[in-house]
Amino acid sequence: MADYEIPKISGEEGIVDVPKIKPDAMKSHGPWVSKPEFQEAMHFPTDFKMPEDVSQYGDADTLVENWKERALDKMADLKGRYRSLQVFLDICVKCGACTDKCHYFLGSADPKNMPVARQDLLRKVYRRYFTFAGKFFGKLGIPKFVGAAELTEDVVKDWYNYYHQCSQCRRCSVFCPYGIDTAEISMAAREILDHIGMGQKYCTEIMGKLNKIGNNLGLPEAALADTLEGLEEDIYDDTGVDVKLPLDKKGAEILLVTPSADFFAEPHVDGLMGYAKVFHELGLDWTLSSYASEGANFGMFIGSYENMRKISLRIRKAAKDLGVKRIVFGECGHAWRVAYSFLNTLAGPFDFLDQNYPIPQHVLEITEPALAAGKLNIDKSQNDDMVLTFHDSCNIARGSRMGDKPGGQFEIPRNVIKAVCNNFVDMPADTIHDATFCCGGGGGILTDDLMEVRVKGAQPRMEALKYVTNHFGVTHMAAICAICKSQFTKVIPYYGFTMDQIVSVHQLVSNALILTGQLTEEEIEAKEAAEEAERLAAKEAREKAAEEADKK
Amino acid sequence: MALEVDGQTIELDEEGYLVDLSSWTPEVAKALAAGEDVELTDEHWDIINFLREYYDEYQIAPAVRVLTKAVGKRLGKDKGNSKYLYSLFPYGPGKQACKYAGLPKPTGCV
Repeated sequence: MADYEIPKISGEEGIVDVPKIKPDAMKSHGPWVSKPEFQEAMHFPTDFKMPEDVSQYGDADTLVENWKERALDKMADLKGRYRSLQVFLDICVKCGACTDKCHYFLGSADPKNMPVARQDLLRKVYRRYFTFAGKFFGKLGIPKFVGAAELTEDVVKDWYNYYHQCSQCRRCSVFCPYGIDTAEISMAAREILDHIGMGQKYCTEIMGKLNKIGNNLGLPEAALADTLEGLEEDIYDDTGVDVKLPLDKKGAEILLVTPSADFFAEPHVDGLMGYAKVFHELGLDWTLSSYASEGANFGMFIGSYENMRKISLRIRKAAKDLGVKRIVFGECGHAWRVAYSFLNTLAGPFDFLDQNYPIPQHVLEITEPALAAGKLNIDKSQNDDMVLTFHDSCNIARGSRMGDKPGGQFEIPRNVIKAVCNNFVDMPADTIHDATFCCGGGGGILTDDLMEVRVKGAQPRMEALKYVTNHFGVTHMAAICAICKSQFTKVIPYYGFTMDQIVSVHQLVSNALILTGQLTEEEIEAKEAAEEAERLAAKEAREKAAEEADKK
Repeated sequence: MALEVDGQTIELDEEGYLVDLSSWTPEVAKALAAGEDVELTDEHWDIINFLREYYDEYQIAPAVRVLTKAVGKRLGKDKGNSKYLYSLFPYGPGKQACKYAGLPKPTGCV
């Protein structure tokens, strides 16, 4: 299946043992480099020579002119813009609390994947050029004496490789006594790389599509409309109820912003049908937008405030153009972090929205209270073929909140699952809530050229899943993030699970929700039989008419 | 990367997808598949042809659900599921079938 070793899982304790380090285990050229045309669309410099082969990645003659000065200028710019970045680069005391907290380190044993070592790739350059000690000992030719280092080609290569082995999940920062956020350092490093000709193809190609077409997939309006129509048909076939998935409906109350994977991939699309059924049942007037048909915002992954803002402004424009009163986000991890934590700064003020609702609101913040108030007719037994567990998505767990109580982002999704399923078991405490392990594909890592990183990074989550599988008979893992869902469906087969064991939370809601006027299975069968009979009769009549016409 | 087909050089991107979508021919599809040790059968061609038709109309590959539904309608209900598609294209019907059909790779969180 792969030409590298797949980590072993036992399911005995649910927690991965700290591995013995293997230096350079994950040394590589890194992901595909972004072509000048993609960089141009992001307003990044394009005066670099696209490497012809991965072996040239990071070579000075493939970078922009004066790459060293320009990298340092960018670093100076970023540390000036974000005080947090400078603080994080300054205050690490090398206590080591973070070393065994990263899923990529646990899965790969490469010591450069220890969060402190990852930070130090940037920190040593910062020290050399921006601190007195670094400049002094640098001039003496012994920068290493104070943990500083010259900016060289090899450093750039390490940046590109190891900052693309960080999913910016921030688990390490939970355990750091100083709260140093490696994600922010990773983002800054990628922003610097983007300015010297080493952008990552996966992220920039996607954002280019979003800016042109409205979503990461490049799904044009006509295809989106066709897809939604197909989903309406599917719900009708299943339930006999006419549930709509409106697109660009002016004057609707709610604009739903959801990751475009919800239109395209499995099990995401089952979640989308779940939102539609909940909105329908609660009588909410909602719409999707073809202009802002994307919840995801990869601008965050590459640390580009400008690109993050540009993407966010599409949502504002769509909300204004459609005249909605509320903005609701679907199941997407980093979209919710951007929405909850940054949207008002990036694209506010949202004074034109109804101030009686959270701005923005998560779809679970609609579904959970509705379930608690008994507004939805639920038949839990519809999910009795599954024993569920729940994967906390990192950006939701550690970068946002839900509801009006601390920890709502942990409780609300679980409350929803428990309200629609009879069988729910949590994974071990050190692997959930704010200690959750990343799926291994977040932060711009969800690309085929980083498959080894993704597979190894998934190990801690797989171990926890194996534990509840062995001990409590768990059969399915629910998630509320498009990246988590795609990553897991792709990597869990490497660990002996099957891709259909991953489900959307609103898929579970959809399974259990009995719509008003919903037909029973027998009634649907009868309806289908009647429709079939009608079709046959019409066909016969047509043939008969044709026969008679022939005779004449 | 590049591929030699009938004396023509077909340019491919890093991941083996066509750079110029109009350079696709059935021979190109066969060569792309052969590169991954896959021999295209009639069953593969049913899917590839559908993908190309869909792309012509919508400028994007169909969603998995759209594809399974269409396959179910055309080839019978027992084939209208991802399991069948994965049996033909083990690396994922979206990505692998798109490659042979000369379509761009679906991007994003998929």
